[in-house]
Amino acid sequence: MPYRLIKFAFSKQHPEAAFFRQPAQIRDSYDAVIIGGGGHGLAAAYYLARDHGITNVAVLERGYLGGGNTGRNTTIIRSNYLTPEGVAFYDASVKIWENLSQELDLNLFYSNRGHFTLAHTESAMRTMRWRAEVNKQMGVKSEVLGPDDIQQACPQIDLSCAGHAPILGALYHAPGSVARHDGVAWGYGRAASQMGVEIFQNTEVTGLDIRGGRIHGVQTNRGNIKTGKVLSAVAGFTPRITQMAGIRTPIVIHPLQACVTEPMKPWLNTILVSGSLHVYVSQSSRGELVMGAALDPYELHSTRSTLDFVEGLSSHILDMFPFLSGIKVVRQWAGMADMTPDFAPIMGRTPVAGFYLDAGWGTWGFKATPISGKTMAETMARDQEPELIDAFRLSRFREFELTGEKGAAAVGH
Amino acid sequence: MKLLKCPVNGLRPIDEFAYGGELREMPDPQSCSDGEWADYVFNRTGAPGVKPEWWYHIPSGTWFVAERNTVTDMVERTYFRGEA
Ligand SMILES: Cc1cc2nc3c(=O)[nH]c(=O)nc-3n(C[C@H](O)[C@H](O)[C@H](O)COP(=O)(O)OP(=O)(O)OC[C@H]3O[C@@H](n4cnc5c(N)ncnc54)[C@H](O)[C@@H]3O)c2cc1C
Repeated sequence: MPYRLIKFAFSKQHPEAAFFRQPAQIRDSYDAVIIGGGGHGLAAAYYLARDHGITNVAVLERGYLGGGNTGRNTTIIRSNYLTPEGVAFYDASVKIWENLSQELDLNLFYSNRGHFTLAHTESAMRTMRWRAEVNKQMGVKSEVLGPDDIQQACPQIDLSCAGHAPILGALYHAPGSVARHDGVAWGYGRAASQMGVEIFQNTEVTGLDIRGGRIHGVQTNRGNIKTGKVLSAVAGFTPRITQMAGIRTPIVIHPLQACVTEPMKPWLNTILVSGSLHVYVSQSSRGELVMGAALDPYELHSTRSTLDFVEGLSSHILDMFPFLSGIKVVRQWAGMADMTPDFAPIMGRTPVAGFYLDAGWGTWGFKATPISGKTMAETMARDQEPELIDAFRLSRFREFELTGEKGAAAVGH
Repeated sequence: MKLLKCPVNGLRPIDEFAYGGELREMPDPQSCSDGEWADYVFNRTGAPGVKPEWWYHIPSGTWFVAERNTVTDMVERTYFRGEA
């Protein structure tokens, strides 16, 4: 290994192949254009090529691959949602995740940890029981556990939470996992590129060519492209793109912040979420504690992070783990979360023919990367959504048929 | 700490305020269509820019309007509804 590394460093050939091809020129037209080189856009490109043989595709990314929410998230993967539609959808994603490293031939550090949603009040316990029953009904492993089981899984936790928010129990979800976020974007990007998809970084879509209620192309900072199918997979930038398309949606942008501590020896095996204390924590494979909280309280299109956030978060983490008082926070950051009123995504066709939306991923969309890519690719190829995503259609807001996931997605992402 | 100007109490720490969302005009529920009503209930102007918003000063119970740039987070002015 060291020998190979030294040889690589001195080589002028750089024998390691680039992860994906970077064609110098963007062509005038493609069969499909995908706006956004995050996990969702790249996964959609991959499944378009793999499942539907559509390979004449361009993915346009204004910055660098995975530099949006994909590379900013805390990577929690789970399917213990509240609605049957949500559970079925996220469960289909978990099933793809389990073999994704093999499929993409890249180690995604997919690590199955188990996931505890702690309840500190009777009403929270009620929601846990509700979720457990819905999950079991759908064949997803979730159960309500008592304080002793939590203590056994995590001996370091102070179950009284410094006396002011005693833990009464938890929803335990065995499939809960974490993965390496940027690896997911790179893995899908490489696999799509190998099948002919062209990826362009530093390429921003600045306008949409819509005539007669149908999409005809996109304008970019590098020229115009003709195409009959466009997917918008831009998460925190969605309102800017829907404004170009003249489509109104309920999406508003709030920052979501996270931070990591200095690395420690492994001690925390599970993922812990506390809705009442508004915090969650897991330990990465590098030993850092990865911690996050609820959304910032008001709309903002910015990735700045704040001292208020780390202060608030730390005080609650210390309620659970007083022994962490000497541990340093080494990095903090924010992403722009595209929030919907029912905490469910918006996926599928839009009032503009040939223009598809994959959005409203808020604080919960990383885990959905594989299944959203797969179902959006099918939607684009057939101009028809598969049943699995019917509950997420944009028109649900006109039909007063919301898919209420707030009870399962407000703090635990 | 970020400060916000309440029309009654002057500059106060942002912690003392709650956000009430974009200022929107309610269509007449008796005469508007279902589509107009759904648009009012659910849809928002999500694109970035300067927008009038409801803000609430919690200790004094004061609702007012702030015009805020949602990219820079700079508040341009605050006033009572109808006094703009
Ligand atoms: C702090 C934080 C923690 C989170 N934790 C979790 C979690 O634990 N579990 C979970 O499931 N989810 C989590 N999420 C949510 C998750 O990160 C997102 O929902 C998901 O990554 C969205 O992926 P995406 O590919 O749709 O968007 P992104 O990764 O944001 O990709 C969109 C891309 O589009 C590009 N783009 C935008 N506009 C244009 C344009 N005009 N032209 C070209 N390109 C453009 C952007 O540069 C960006 O790279 C978290 C989010 C944050 C911010």
